[in-house]
Amino acid sequence: MNTGFVLSWIDYLVMIIYFAFVLGIGWALKRYMKDASAFLEAGRAMPAWVAGLAFISTNLGALEVMGMTGSGLKYGMLTTHFYWVGAIPAMVFLAMFMMPFYYGSKARSVPEYIKLRYDEKTRGLNAILFAVMTILASGISMYALAILMEKVLGWNFHLSLILSAAIVLAYTYLGGLSSAIYNEVLQFFIIVVGLLPIVILSLKDVGGWHGLQQSLAPIVSSKGFAPDAWTTTWKYTGSAKLNPMGVEWYGIFAGLGFVLSFGYWCTNFLIVQRAMSAKSTTAARNTPLIGAIPKMFIPFLIIVPGIVALVLMNTPGKGFALPLNEAGQPIYDYTIIMLLKQYLPAGVLGLGVTALLASFMSGMAGNVSAFNTVWTYDIYQSYIRPVTKDKASDDKHYLFVGRMATIFGVIVSIAAAYLASLFGNIMDFLQTIFSMINAPLFAVIFLGMFWKRATGHAAFTGLLMGFFVALLHHGLTFPEGANTLVKGGWIAHLHAYPVEMAQNFWTAIFACSTSAIITVFLSFMTTQKKSDNELKGLVYALTPKLNEEAVPWYNRSSTLAIIVLTLVSILTILFW
Amino acid sequence: MGIDIKLPIGLMFTIFGLLLTVFGFATRLDAGMYKPSLGINVNLWSGLGMLVLGVVMLVLAFFSRKSKAS
Repeated sequence: MNTGFVLSWIDYLVMIIYFAFVLGIGWALKRYMKDASAFLEAGRAMPAWVAGLAFISTNLGALEVMGMTGSGLKYGMLTTHFYWVGAIPAMVFLAMFMMPFYYGSKARSVPEYIKLRYDEKTRGLNAILFAVMTILASGISMYALAILMEKVLGWNFHLSLILSAAIVLAYTYLGGLSSAIYNEVLQFFIIVVGLLPIVILSLKDVGGWHGLQQSLAPIVSSKGFAPDAWTTTWKYTGSAKLNPMGVEWYGIFAGLGFVLSFGYWCTNFLIVQRAMSAKSTTAARNTPLIGAIPKMFIPFLIIVPGIVALVLMNTPGKGFALPLNEAGQPIYDYTIIMLLKQYLPAGVLGLGVTALLASFMSGMAGNVSAFNTVWTYDIYQSYIRPVTKDKASDDKHYLFVGRMATIFGVIVSIAAAYLASLFGNIMDFLQTIFSMINAPLFAVIFLGMFWKRATGHAAFTGLLMGFFVALLHHGLTFPEGANTLVKGGWIAHLHAYPVEMAQNFWTAIFACSTSAIITVFLSFMTTQKKSDNELKGLVYALTPKLNEEAVPWYNRSSTLAIIVLTLVSILTILFW
Repeated sequence: MGIDIKLPIGLMFTIFGLLLTVFGFATRLDAGMYKPSLGINVNLWSGLGMLVLGVVMLVLAFFSRKSKAS
């Protein structure tokens, strides 16, 4: 199967112009990078809309775009659960209840918040795990990008890897977090503009939404599902057998909606860092809320074309097919690539390809800019060279360390990318394992923010045990039809889940509950070493209520939150 | 910090808009080229759309600069 594109001069021109702007932004920001705070925290000066778009853009990496379009094909509109019951409620919760503590505590990172709230060892555990995880994620993203450029554009793998790493390094080295954030905003617009033609053309091709529903009915029925199983969200979640995702409503609700999404959106520093860069508490709280509005419409941009692809695949006259892997199974992640190829002529094709490249690179830049902050503040400044009395030379020194961490991060990412190319399965495995870190972390941070009794020893043990239980659950269960130990069942085959997704949900649920139970239990067994005064601004009950009265009503977080929740309810009902 | 991001966004999409509008107009008679896109000249339409986005961003950037200066 030929997955290659033939790009013409105009496509390359679009690409070159885009990257000229990317590097130009880094260059323009260079002169503002005077100290570590400007470089690693963007000087806490971002307007809410910029931080908000960057907030969702960080997550809208190319792996996400490709994966979600593929999931659209595999699971249909059920994929929107990742957005409407997953991301959005978690983003609202972060904004309303958690952001005041993250931002108000003046912590510069999530691990630093943990240090302030709990103790040094819990921070150390979290910081080191996070640093390793982000670098690996960045490497996997780089590897995927280089593979894509090789297969689709016919470029040399090594050259693609080095070139993309060089571009990312250039603009993050020059402009730090500000540069990463501004480029994420740029990337957000190019993704929307680049993919919009695909949505319009593919829907028009099958006769609009109604045409799509009608053409899907026979295809889906032949798979043994109800005719509208691909175009509804909650209707068939009464039993795992009725819907293609293989999960019941409570699994979706607890696993995806609560544990996975809250774990990801509320505790992942990569994401939270964007809101922490905002210019005021109100702006920091509004960041996830402003991001939530475009976020809830992204399914139409990336999931709906995936559903259309299912129809195209089953309509012989369309000449649409997905490439196959060695085992002869379709590679679902290539859905969006094949759609670009199917519909776009030279010109807009360049825009679409640029959008994908852009999202790969901003994914890397996001990881690198989170890594250098955690490295500089939570590892280097805490364990290697603490702050001295000389503030001016400290500023210079930590800026230098931040910059070196950026270079180091990119180099290790390249190494990780080559590891991924040698041992693809091991990287998949590590990624699965690291996706488990967030679930216990959410339990620990949540208890820390809302229960002043939670202690450091308890949090540390809870975090560790939660992670251990996640591993254990992954080792004892497996998705049906799994042929590799990477997917689970490497200890024993205790339970089989219908699909991998269901296994992931339940892993997270077990990890989070274990961590919560152990933290609560041990908190009662140990004494709280922090006084109420030390916990002020870190725990809900000990922090003065935020007063929003000075803010005009239309700018208040509560107003925005109501708008967001109303909109998402309307969408849920429309596509029930 | 420092720069107003609306300015580069506006500039970039204005350039993209002009580029694709002109390209779409020049290739409007090439039926073979637009066969995959169901006979629609997507370059022309996307170009015009981006031009609007770009100009709106530039106007917004101009006004926020003005309000900052005064």
